[in-house]
Amino acid sequence: MTDAAQTVTGAAISAQHLVRRFGTFTAVDDISFRVEKGEIFGFLGPNGSGKTTIIKMLTGLLPLTGGDAWVQGIDVRKDAEAVRENIGYMSQKFSLYDDLTVLENLRFYGRIYGLSPERMKQRIDDIVQLNGLSPYMNRLAAQLSGGWKQRLALGCAMLHEPKLLFLDEPTAGIDPVARRQLWDLLFELSGHGITFFVTTHYMDEAERCSHVAYIYYGKLIADGTPADLKQLPDVQPAGTARVEIITPQVTRALRLARHIPGIRSATIFGESIHALVEEHFNLADLRAQLQKDGIAVTDIRPLTASLEDVFVELTYKHQALLEASRG
Amino acid sequence: MASPFRGFAAVFYKEVLHVRRDPGTLFFSLLIPLMQMVVLGFAIDTNVRQVHTVVYNADGRQESRELIDRLKNSDTFNVIRYVENDHDLNDEIIGGKARVGIKIPVDFSDRLIHGMSAQVLVLIDGSDSSVAGQAINVTTAIGLDESLRREVTDSTAPFAVDMRPKLLFNPDSRSPNFFLPGLTAVLLLNVTTFLTAFAIVREKERGTLEQLFVTPVRPFGLLLGKLLPYFFIGFFELCNILFFMRFVFRVPIHGNVFLLALLSIPYLFVCLSFGMLISSKANSQAQAMQLAFLTFLPSIFFSGYIFPRETMPIFFRVLSYFIPASYFINITRGIILRGAGLQHLWIDGLALTAMGTILLVIAARRFSNKVIMT
Repeated sequence: MTDAAQTVTGAAISAQHLVRRFGTFTAVDDISFRVEKGEIFGFLGPNGSGKTTIIKMLTGLLPLTGGDAWVQGIDVRKDAEAVRENIGYMSQKFSLYDDLTVLENLRFYGRIYGLSPERMKQRIDDIVQLNGLSPYMNRLAAQLSGGWKQRLALGCAMLHEPKLLFLDEPTAGIDPVARRQLWDLLFELSGHGITFFVTTHYMDEAERCSHVAYIYYGKLIADGTPADLKQLPDVQPAGTARVEIITPQVTRALRLARHIPGIRSATIFGESIHALVEEHFNLADLRAQLQKDGIAVTDIRPLTASLEDVFVELTYKHQALLEASRG
Repeated sequence: MASPFRGFAAVFYKEVLHVRRDPGTLFFSLLIPLMQMVVLGFAIDTNVRQVHTVVYNADGRQESRELIDRLKNSDTFNVIRYVENDHDLNDEIIGGKARVGIKIPVDFSDRLIHGMSAQVLVLIDGSDSSVAGQAINVTTAIGLDESLRREVTDSTAPFAVDMRPKLLFNPDSRSPNFFLPGLTAVLLLNVTTFLTAFAIVREKERGTLEQLFVTPVRPFGLLLGKLLPYFFIGFFELCNILFFMRFVFRVPIHGNVFLLALLSIPYLFVCLSFGMLISSKANSQAQAMQLAFLTFLPSIFFSGYIFPRETMPIFFRVLSYFIPASYFINITRGIILRGAGLQHLWIDGLALTAMGTILLVIAARRFSNKVIMT
């Protein structure tokens, strides 16, 4: 067995040194990661950072400029067709045929994947049962609300029972209840051994993933479980602590806080400031100092890093590295 | 007080930027009027000249050759072939190769020498009324002129050279008979190229095409699946057009309707494939519309639908060979007006089939390379 084959075994996705260039622009720059079966893999990054490009590479829509990828154990370079037989994909627009009914949309995808009539009926029954579409079967897709469209799109993507589903921003633009319900559904399916590759902009969604990766302008700068990432030395350097300063005057407080020695960084989160401070820093002193400048401090308390903190810290660090390398 | 023109400069500048960012739209909006001007002013010569003519000179002596030279020198006739019998003379016209056939009888010279009136038969393809009118006028004028130079001893015959024009196919010179068969080709473009071009572009706009590409659908499966419904729509529309033409406008169909149906299949195929190619290129319905129009105008102007292809300058005549409607107009006029058969039109059908296949393969390659994905 070769090294490559060993890393492939058992993984839902194994990407090794992926590179994609468009002309002189490198959209995906030497990215490697591995997604285990049954994981909910959250893939995050700003717009234009290469998320969709990677999905297109993994689904065989874009040829790889460099590197290798195995999806469900199939070499994407060698057999993109076979990859497509074995995955489901739901794009950010919930690409449905608005002028077809719910049932017609489902049947269309069933036919594309060549399901037999018996299996098609069985699968449609299963899916309708699972995501509660039954009252809407004869309604035009155009008449569904965002949340129901998304359920239908998910239904279409999993009609052929793929073991791996790519969801490109599945919750963009839908209401919070529908968002919560979708995640409940993903957990349930994940419990049945289905792997999800989910891109999102929502940090709370990232927190719910069993594995997250963060891509920043073509580079992978974080990869691990949410808990592991929060312990990274870059995020929580030795000798520092994270605190939350709650105050009604966040903007003024932020300006002041940034000039207080001992505070390494500070960011506004709603009605509070999250700050990374030196471990020996005395919180009572900080409160006194702010109050002296006329800031009403409701509370100062220790805080564990959120994933957002993680990504902010890693992005800063990466930007600094980029600037240093440019000289 | 704020000026009522406030914001003018900002909006003006922004619009200039829009135009600069989208040179395609500018290109088309500038090109189309120019193209129309060139076509109307330059390519189209409403004076009928150089009409393809076939000659059957059964006499062959000095007097008959002189007459032919006079016809040639008139600039109206371009003798493309000499034939040796009546059958070939007719066949050249039915096949659409010549529009005028001149038959000089075997006793032409004898009669003139003996001071008798000699008749010349002029067969004219009446399917194009302007060509027919001009052909009648010029031949009659030449006949009169020849007659003036000769003395007629037989006082019962007023003319020495008696030109006898005979209109074939469209004896009443009805313009619907001429325009409607050609119009068929142009009308069919509407339900074929336009509809298919929109069909795929709509999926691009909705994002469903992207979704389809992540399924095992293959390019030819996608293209043919998209193409076939519009093929049936196009064929149905052809039947409607033919029905109206025959029973409302009373254009007689001289040839075999089933042959027309058969030969319309490759034409529909070309138009649909072209629609597919457009949709592989265009990213929005507006863009598809522009590209479709780019095919629409040449199909009207350069296909022989309005202006005879023979009178076009060489550039446009060569261009007309790349326009599918040219072949189909030849087919419809051939079958409907002249009663042409497969032996006359198979080459047009073959040309259309070849064009359609090439276009479809190009479109499929573009889809399989996913070049349409941005």
